[in-house]
Order: sequence, then C-alpha cells, then structure tokens
Amino acid sequence: MLAKRIIPCLDVKNGRNVRGVKFSADMDAGDPIDLARRYDEEGADELVFYDITASAEKREIVGELVRRVSEQVFIPFTVGGGVRTIEDIRTIIEGGAEKASINSAALRNPEVVTQGAERFGSQAVVGSLDAIRRTNEDGVWWEVVIDGGRKPTGRDAIEWAEELVDLGAGELVLNSIDADGTKDGYDVELTRTVADRVDVPIVASGGCGGPDHMLDVLQDGHASAALAASIFHYEQHSIPEVKQYLLDRGVLMRPKLDLGV
Amino acid sequence: MIGIVDYGMGNLRSVQKGFERVGTEARIVSTPEAIAESTGVVLPGVGAFGDAMTNLKQSDLVDPIVKSVSEGVPFLGICLGLQLLFAQSEELGSHRGLDILPGKVRRFPEGQRIPQIGWNQIHKRQDNPLLEGVPDGAYFYFVHSFYVDADRDSDVVATTDYDIDYCSIAGQDRFFGVQFHPEKSQDAGLRVLKNFSDIVSSDGGVA
Repeated sequence: MLAKRIIPCLDVKNGRNVRGVKFSADMDAGDPIDLARRYDEEGADELVFYDITASAEKREIVGELVRRVSEQVFIPFTVGGGVRTIEDIRTIIEGGAEKASINSAALRNPEVVTQGAERFGSQAVVGSLDAIRRTNEDGVWWEVVIDGGRKPTGRDAIEWAEELVDLGAGELVLNSIDADGTKDGYDVELTRTVADRVDVPIVASGGCGGPDHMLDVLQDGHASAALAASIFHYEQHSIPEVKQYLLDRGVLMRPKLDLGV
Repeated sequence: MIGIVDYGMGNLRSVQKGFERVGTEARIVSTPEAIAESTGVVLPGVGAFGDAMTNLKQSDLVDPIVKSVSEGVPFLGICLGLQLLFAQSEELGSHRGLDILPGKVRRFPEGQRIPQIGWNQIHKRQDNPLLEGVPDGAYFYFVHSFYVDADRDSDVVATTDYDIDYCSIAGQDRFFGVQFHPEKSQDAGLRVLKNFSDIVSSDGGVA
C-alpha cells in the first residue's frame, strides 16, 4: 500500500538555507545540502526546496543547487519559488529534481503548466497554491493569493485547484497563508475540500506545529503528504519521532531501511 | 561500461549519480553504436509512451536496444523504460512498444489518486538477482499513472498494491524493468542499482 509522505521544506536563498516565518526570510541556518542529507538520513520521504533568490542569476543559482542535491540525496525532491517559464522547469528537471512547483506564474500564465506537463509529464509539474480563508454571507471560502502571499487575486482557491489539475498539474501543494508560521495546525478544511474534489495527490502545507497536526491533515484532511519546515529545522521534532507517532495511530509510513549501500 | 540511454525522455543525471554512489561508472549514450558497445543498458524515462517510442525510432535506437537484449546484454528499464518493454500501450490512443515482453500497459482504474506518487512496497513473486539483499515488502518511490499487465506470470518478478495488485518489476535473469525509480528510492533503490551493476560485471564485462 502507498505510504503517506512526510516532507521537510527548506527555504533557500542564494544557495544558502533560510527560514522565514510568515514569509519574512530573516535567518540564515547554513548549507541546504547538509540539511537535506540530514533529513534524508532521518527518513524524510521527499524534500521541497523553496528558492527565494531574487537576482538575474537566479536560474543558474537554482540549477547549481539542484545538481548538488541530486549528487548527494537519493530521495525525490521538488523545487519551487519563482518558477515562471518552461526554461525554469527544464533547469530543475534536467538538473535532477523530480518536480518543479509553480505558484504565481501559473495564474499569470496558465500555459506554462500545460507546457511543462507536455514536455516533462504531469508528474513533474506541481501546482502550488497559497490561500487565505475568507467569510461572506454564504459562509467560508478561500481566496488565492500570489507573490508570496501578498497579493489577493479574487480567485476561488477550490476552483483554481481544479483548473490547475485540468491544465496538467500532477500534484497540488496547498499552503494556508493564515496558518503559515503559526504552528497552530494545517487548514484541514481547505485541504479536505480540495482533496475530495480532485484526483491528484495533495500535499498540505502551512501551520504544522507537531505530529498531531500531521495526523489531522493526513487523516481528516485526506492529504497524501504533510509538509513542514520549522518543526524539523529547529529540531523541535525529529522525522523518526513524527513517523513513529503517525504509525502508532494507524497511518502507513515508510520505515527507514539501512542496507549499507 | 553501462550505458544510460538518452532519448529525450527525462532525468538521466539522477540515474548516473545513483550508479556513481554505488561505485559504478555509467555513461550517457544516444547512438546505436554506443548502445552496441555498452556492457549493460539502462533505459530510464518519464513522460508519454507514444512520445518515447517516437523518439527512440527517430534516433534509430529501437533495433539496437532489442538486439542488445536478445544477445543477453543486461538491461534495466526504469519507469517508462519498464513499460516500453511491453508490446502495447493504451496511453493516449494505442501505441506499439519494444515488444520484448507480451502484455499491455494500462491506466490505473478510477478510485485511487492518479498519478500514484510516493513510496509503495514490492512483494516478491520470484527470486531474482536484481533483488539480492532487498527485503520483501521494501518501499520504493513510484510516480506513474499507467502500469504493466504482463501476459505471463513467469515475467512478473514483483508486484505492488495500489488498489489493484500490479507488476512493479518484470523480467528474467538478464533483463529487467522496474516501475519505481531506484535512483530516488534511497537504500533500497541504490541496492537495486548495485545488484544490476554486479550482474553486468559478473559477465566478465567491466561494469
């Protein structure tokens, strides 16, 4: 049976590890490759690199990061953050990552999702979506926000999620901007609403404060994977501890196998 | 030397790095001559079955690959490279494959999330040198929407459960296809690459 996935997220800038809270990147915590190797050794199922480099050499910097990771880490990884064009996707995939994750650019230029899926397969294109919970007279809805959570779009997140899949995204990452950085738990309702509407796997993101939150979103939220950053980064919880907690509560987890290779 | 076939279908670099990790040099090959010279052939690939066959044909690589397999040169197909071993695919219309093994490539039935993405277990159906030292039930990383439906049980080395039990490793003693990505499957996957490399070098060829 397919196991649920635990995915540490590494924020990187100019090839260095950064960890931001509420998207304000303010702390340098070293080499992303070292951290990636540590997560790999601890039994992470996958890694996400979120690159916030803002420079003209961004593509080269990202390409170098991807190549270095793929030489040393033999688990799947995704790269996102400022992915705009088919050339950006190519750099990431041909460098050795499994998936490129597209967020704001997908909304501005939806064809890039389709082009990426046609060229590299749907499984290589992750639709990443930042959502803010809103209420109106009809109840709760979620609005898509772009540009790192700063810019509201007026778009309904559930509809946009469905459209991303129609465009060719093979997986969705749902990031709750309300929950991000709070450690109060994922937006389980958002996750479940989208997961029940589309066929592709859903990765829940934003708000993880501990393994109990992962349990909620993997079981009640119908997510295929739970993404977290600071709980692992600051060693509040280890990956083996999280996996054991989930396994004890009936969530299928891949055990770390040591075959000495 | 092991040749990893480049036919424009995805991530060769990770496969090459995976072999490097287990101490085996492998080179990227893209011509009939280079395939003929290889002591082991690896056919990776992600993407669409039809495009893959078109690319192989346009590069004149179909015959060299089939010939190499028929001569007993060790072969490892990865993901789409497994599916291409089979006669036919129903992906986006109907396509002919390399037709080395009888069977069809089918889409997963509705009811599960498609694509299957993540770590799933293999269940051994036969002893096979490719799985030397890999425990039954080991997890590997899978990403796919289509699976192979082999005609002969004797070609099924291992199966995986994703609502249906499907063939996740096919082959015989010298040629294999794996649906998962060994280069992304941590220790279990690296062990498979090591085993393949051992099969190649036990031939007297230099892996």
